[in-house]
This record gives sequence, structure tokens and C-alpha cells, in this order.
Amino acid sequence: MSVGLPLDQIAIQTVNGIVNGMILALVASGLTLIFGIMDVVNFAHGDLVMLGGFSGATALAMTGNFWIALLVAIITIAMLGAALHASTLRYLLGRDPLTTILATFGMSLVLQKYAIWQWGPSARNLTAPITGQFTLFYLQYPWYRVATAVLAAAIIGGLYAFLKYGRYGIWIRATTQDRVMAQAMGIPVPIVHTVVFAIGAGMAAASGVLFGPLGGVTQTMGADFTLRAFIVVVVGGMGNLGGSILASMFISLLEAYASLIVSPAQAVIVSFVALIVTLLFRPTGLFVPTPK
Amino acid sequence: MSRRATGYWAVFTAVVAVLAVAPLVLPPFWQRFVTEILVWGLLAMSSDILIGYTGMVSFGHSAFFGMGMYGAAAALLSVEPPNLWLALLFGLCAAALVAMFVAFFATRLRDIYFAITTLVFSQIFYVIIFTWTEVTGGENGLTFSQPPLSIPGIFSTRFTTETLHWFILGVVTCSYLLLRRITQSPFGKVLQAIRENEPRTRAIGYHVERYKMMAVMLSGLFAGAAGVLYALQNRFAAPDFVFFLISGETVIFNVMGGAGTLVGPVAGAAFFLLLREVVSRFFTEYYLIPVGIIFVLIVVFLPQGLLGFLRRRLNE
Repeated sequence: MSVGLPLDQIAIQTVNGIVNGMILALVASGLTLIFGIMDVVNFAHGDLVMLGGFSGATALAMTGNFWIALLVAIITIAMLGAALHASTLRYLLGRDPLTTILATFGMSLVLQKYAIWQWGPSARNLTAPITGQFTLFYLQYPWYRVATAVLAAAIIGGLYAFLKYGRYGIWIRATTQDRVMAQAMGIPVPIVHTVVFAIGAGMAAASGVLFGPLGGVTQTMGADFTLRAFIVVVVGGMGNLGGSILASMFISLLEAYASLIVSPAQAVIVSFVALIVTLLFRPTGLFVPTPK
Repeated sequence: MSRRATGYWAVFTAVVAVLAVAPLVLPPFWQRFVTEILVWGLLAMSSDILIGYTGMVSFGHSAFFGMGMYGAAAALLSVEPPNLWLALLFGLCAAALVAMFVAFFATRLRDIYFAITTLVFSQIFYVIIFTWTEVTGGENGLTFSQPPLSIPGIFSTRFTTETLHWFILGVVTCSYLLLRRITQSPFGKVLQAIRENEPRTRAIGYHVERYKMMAVMLSGLFAGAAGVLYALQNRFAAPDFVFFLISGETVIFNVMGGAGTLVGPVAGAAFFLLLREVVSRFFTEYYLIPVGIIFVLIVVFLPQGLLGFLRRRLNE
């Protein structure tokens, strides 16, 4: 048995963890934004990722351009999200958040079966738009992975800037803080809710397309993404945007390092344990400055 | 006995009698179907203790159900000759162990956090069972032969469809009576007090955490019994039954039938299985599309479930 630390492997897993973490952060920040503003725990969020991946694959086959496909998927799924919210979730406002878990669980079943009906049971592989590679120790590491992380960071940064400085971003933050007061100040709260749900859905779709060339798009990826996003959002603190991004990185790195020792299928248990430990000692989340 | 109680026992006897006669008159397919409703009904009732009576929505009942199945499988595969009662004992012990573990951690949390934690716990057991191929058979699960129906030292016969149905009916009826007694006992009243107002229950002096743990363990025990029965009926244990979709279906049974009534979830299970049967004739494997839409509509428009809705309409 070698005693020294395999530094090269650790470095590779660090890069892997960061790339996966950025994709996960894209999913989780949508989920946490939606929870923060309207108390909806979206069980169907992973299925929006999956549908985004599939519609991206269809658009890619039609246009042949990855970036157009990405844009088409984002817009399609954002519209789907708006429709889901306007048709159903709107009526659950003010009820117990548990009700929203049930409703979105029902939606998740429908969306998953719809995907099988529409796209068949086989996995889709998207071709990466960037094919170059660079040498990372003994590996040829694809530039596309790095580009994914950068793009995901750019989208999240854009969202942050929009929330911070944009006129409508301020509306969103105001509604998150105090729904009734925002309404009184003339902000159209129902429309803000629908738009936020659409933004979250669009971000989920973006991560689905970006993830496509890395792991392929399958029907079962939805449940996987939902579960991981749930873990991240709870570890980061429900409704806390910065916390869920940090937690995505934390969980992904943890899983990446764990997969050095055990098989990737078992590495998931590490993130489960991270969640349980977090809930026991900091039930409001790891990265919340002052627990309420 | 008051008139109300007499009426209740009359209805109860009638329903049990109908269920007992069912396998004698129904065609083979529906025989199996009724037996299956009983098994899923028991699972639904067990989760009602948490969802309906204590107000904690568990998304992890598949773990208890699945451990019941694997516990029964362990007894039937390792002990020669296979023994029915040993299978039941092993299944209940396995489920109780898991329930103790889950109860210890998950009851510190409330509302959505409880739901998410139970979900994560069931996924932990799913991953363990799925990847530990040498012991659990991994993706393929375990198959075994049915044990004989026996009372040690008195008699032993092979199960037929009818006797299996009666055996399952007996277990489910006993469980129902037990659960009913529990929910009407002082302990059950405390659980309902926790549902209605947790801080006040704590202020009165009840040790809320201890009651919640008891509730989770009881619920897990009965879910484990359902798992054993399902394993006996189908002669296999598979990781699919530990996956959280089963937990989701359990919650669906409760919501459809009306949580907090014990009978409601059983009716919900029957309704769900019937709906699935009818719908899948038209939609084949895509039956979850219409069933999911109906479920969402029930969540939005009938939050009390079908039974609660009927009761309200009857009272008007």
C-alpha cells in the first residue's frame, strides 16, 4: 500500500468536483430562489433539468448548433415552468409548504413519464461544442468541462447582478422579504412569482443541456438531480442563494474525494451523511450567518 | 354500547366478511388484486400514524417496507426449513431497527425538513441494498420459495391463493384494530395534540421528542409487516421497493383517501390501484401521466382527501 497522498488524483478530483459543483449550483440556486420567494419545495426540479436536456438534444439535432440548442431549451422549459406555476402552484400560495411537495411530486411523475413517451427510454448524448483538451497530470482533460463551469458561474453571476441591481430584481427581493408589503407598494406579486418560477426552470434547463455532453441525458437523471439539489439546498440553508452555491461546491468536492476511496455509486452516501450531520448540528443550514 | 359504536362494528364486520368472501367469488386476476390492496392498505395505514395523526409527512416509508421484505427474505433463505413466523419476526425486527435509526435522527426536525430527511434516509438504504450485491443480490434482488402456512406442532399446509388471502386479511385486520386502539389511547391523543399545537403540548409537559420517536417506530413496524406480507405474496425482495417512489405512492394513498382516518388511506390505496388498473388499459405504461394529474388535482382542490370530501358533503 502506498503511504503518500496521491496528489495528482486529488488535484483531478478537485477540478471534477468544482465542475460538477457549478452545474449543481445552477440547479440548486433555482430551487432555493423558488422556495425563498413562495415557499414552494419543488420536487419536480430535477425533472425540469431532464426535460431541458431532452429539448436541448432535440434542438441540437435540428439546428446543429449547441448554443442555439441551449437557448431554445432554456426558453422552452422556462415557459413550461411558467405554465406549471400559473396553472397549479399559484393556488397553493399560503398553504403548508408540505402541500407543495405533494403537488410537485405529482408533477414530477407526470413529467418523467411524458419524457419517456416523447423521447423513448434510451439515453441521449449531446456532442460538446468545444472539443479541445489540455494535459492535467496524466489525463487529457477536456476544455468543455472547464467551459461548463465558467458558463454556469456566469449565469449564476448574472442572476445575482439582476437581483441586486435590476429593477425587476429588486421587485423579486422585495417580494421575498415581505409579500404583503410588496403587494401594497404596487408590485404585481402573482406575476413576480410566475416569473421567478420560470427563471428557476430556465436555469434547471441550462444545467440539463450543459450536463448533456458530460453524462448523457436519461429519464432517471431527474430524481437524481432532485435529491442532490435538495441535499444542497438544505445544507446551504433553505432560501439562501449564496449558501446553496457554497454548499453545491462543498457537497460535490466531498463526493469527488470520496470516489477516490469507494465506488461513485457509494460516494453518494457521503453527501447523505453530510446532510444528516448538518441537520443535527445546524438545522438552519451550514452557511447561514445567524441561525434564527 | 352506544348506537354509533354498534353501527361502526356492524359496518366493520360487514367489510371484513366481504373481503373474506372475495377470493371465493372473484376471478383469479381480481383475487390477487384484492390481496394486493390489503397489503398496500396496511402500508398506507402505517404511514397514517405519522402523516394524519402526528402531522409529520414521511417520505421514507419505502425503507421500512423494503426492510420488511429483505428481513423476510433473510429468514426464508437462511433457515431450513423455511418458516412463516420466523419470516414475520425477522422482517419486523429489520424494519424496527431501521425505524429506530431513522426515528433517532429525523424526529429532531419538523415539516419539510422531516420530509426531506426521511427521503434521504430511505435513499441511503436504497444505495446500500443496491450496491451490496453479495448479500442483497443488488439490482436483481432475492427470490425464495413460499413457506408453508403452519402452526408449529399442529399442522402445516402449502399456501393457496385463498389461504394466503385469508392470512393477509387476518394480519391486516389485527393491525387495523391495534392501530385504531393506539390512536384512541392517551398516547394517540398526545400525538394528535402534537399535530395540532406542538409548542403547547411541550408546555403542558409532554416529552414531545419521545412521543414522536415512538410514533415513527410504531409506524415503521407496521410498514415492515406490510413488507413481509408483500414478500410472502410475491416471493421476492427487490431494491425497487426501497426506492422513494414507493414512499411517494404511500403519501399519495394518504392524500387521496384522507389522512388521519386510518380507513381513508386504505380506501386511497384501493382507489389508486383501481385507477392505475383502469387507466393503464388505455395508457399502457404511461398510466402515471393521468394518475399524476388526478393526484395534483386532489392535492389542490380536495386537501382533505376523497373520504374527507365525502364526509363534509354528507354533513352539509
